[in-house]
Amino acid sequence: MDFTLKIWRQNGPKDKGRFETYEIENITPETSFLEMLDILNQKLIKEGKSPVAFDHDCREGICGMCGLYINGRPHGPDDDITTCQLFMRKFKDGDTIVVEPWRAKAFPIIKDLIVDRSAFDKILQEGGYISVCTGEAPEANSILIPPEVAEEAMDAASCIGCGACVAACKNASAMLFVAAKVSHLALLPQGKIEAAKRVKAMIAKMDELGFGSCTNTRACEIECPKNISISHIARLNREFLKANF
Amino acid sequence: MFLNSSVGKKIVVSVSGLFLALFLVVHLFLNFLTVVDDSGDAFVEACNFMERNFIIKIMEYVLAAGFIFHIFYTTYLTWKNRSTRTTNYHVSQKTEVSWSSQNMWISGFVILGFLILHLYNYWYKFKFDESLEVEPIGKFYLVVQLFHQWYYTLFYIIWFIALGLHLNHSIQSGLHTLGLTNQKWIDRLNLISSLYAIFITVGFSIISLYHYLTYVLNNY
Ligand code: HEM
Ligand code: SF4
Ligand code: FES
Repeated sequence: MDFTLKIWRQNGPKDKGRFETYEIENITPETSFLEMLDILNQKLIKEGKSPVAFDHDCREGICGMCGLYINGRPHGPDDDITTCQLFMRKFKDGDTIVVEPWRAKAFPIIKDLIVDRSAFDKILQEGGYISVCTGEAPEANSILIPPEVAEEAMDAASCIGCGACVAACKNASAMLFVAAKVSHLALLPQGKIEAAKRVKAMIAKMDELGFGSCTNTRACEIECPKNISISHIARLNREFLKANF
Repeated sequence: MFLNSSVGKKIVVSVSGLFLALFLVVHLFLNFLTVVDDSGDAFVEACNFMERNFIIKIMEYVLAAGFIFHIFYTTYLTWKNRSTRTTNYHVSQKTEVSWSSQNMWISGFVILGFLILHLYNYWYKFKFDESLEVEPIGKFYLVVQLFHQWYYTLFYIIWFIALGLHLNHSIQSGLHTLGLTNQKWIDRLNLISSLYAIFITVGFSIISLYHYLTYVLNNY
């Protein structure tokens, strides 16, 4: 398959940035999107040009590093996946593919398609944990948790911090990410104790870092590779109300 | 602090919006009296009751404050949310989200434009036209006769559609913001929100069309 790639190139945070167009040929349908970019980079290096910088690590959909905004959608034209799980068979031969970085003030661009997502770490540092050491895993039956609750907490815990929710949101809001963390811990007995303090601190940090506020458009939920429901945002709102009144 | 946080602000917006939405139901029932009773007596009686009732007088100020607050605060928040990106995406969003949820300020702005016209046509005249004090039935004719002009009927229907689009998103969104949803209720509330929006849009439109059509048919 042959493609025309329009890729965002930007030398650093201060650079204005621009699109560059590349032609790429003979890509097999089972090539992953990141492998296709590897092939492009090989070609660019051979031609003595600088390769396209993009983030990736596990390449198996669990680390959340590979955020790319492809043809108007975070992680490209497939549902419930990260970019590393996107394959070229999802495109048509001859397609033009536009690749952009996540765009949000809170995620400044480091180079080309790589953004600085450390804002998420800063939010987590405000309370995305339990502040005492809970020791070894206890006997499973010593604290009973109903299966529905465990399941829902597990769903929330599956957030990989990729930032697609921020990228998809018209307000660049981080609510789905924060809600996943708050909800996950608030549902479980060990996390409940600090729930009030946690929800206030994490929301305050999220606001301070320049993320927008939630207007319930649900774009985040559609683009989240882990299918995290905005019902966790409703729980976050409940926790926030409980913490304040 | 509650109001300093984005979630607190959002909760205040949803309370103000849900209050306005509740008012619409009362307004719709009141207006329906012009259809139910052709003589206009029922409508005028209801108007008189409202003008004399102390609680309703207070509610009038609360409502005005609610509108003003809602308009300015949501405009401020919309503007603030727009400034969270330095560069916009080159390819516009392809994620399939509902139109009404993405364009609340636009539907709100259309509502506001017609609201000003509406307030001039009715509220202002009800308050300041002295002949209506002597002859209260004039209120009924004022309401009904506006719709004898086809373009006013059209304006109002456009208004009600914008209102419907606004409400389609807002009821479920407001309840969600108050934390009143979960996995199971999220889709049910979406449906309830749409049904409420249709109820309001169709309900008000029927009243306008009724007055227009009875006029046209009687003069045919
Ligand atoms: C009868 C008139 C109106 C009713 C019943 C109404 C109702 C609502 C409700 C219930 C919400 C809550 C949404 C939430 O919490 O997510 C809302 C939000 C909003 N309203 Fe209104 N509204 C009205 C008029 C207006 C007007 C005149 C404007 C003018 C600009 C406006 C602009 C907005 C905006 C920008 C939002 C926030 C939307 C968002 O979250 O994306 N509304 N409205
Ligand atoms: S909520 Fe979903 S989209 Fe957002 S960071 Fe977590 S996994 Fe990514
Ligand atoms: S590279 Fe780890 S999720 Fe894609």
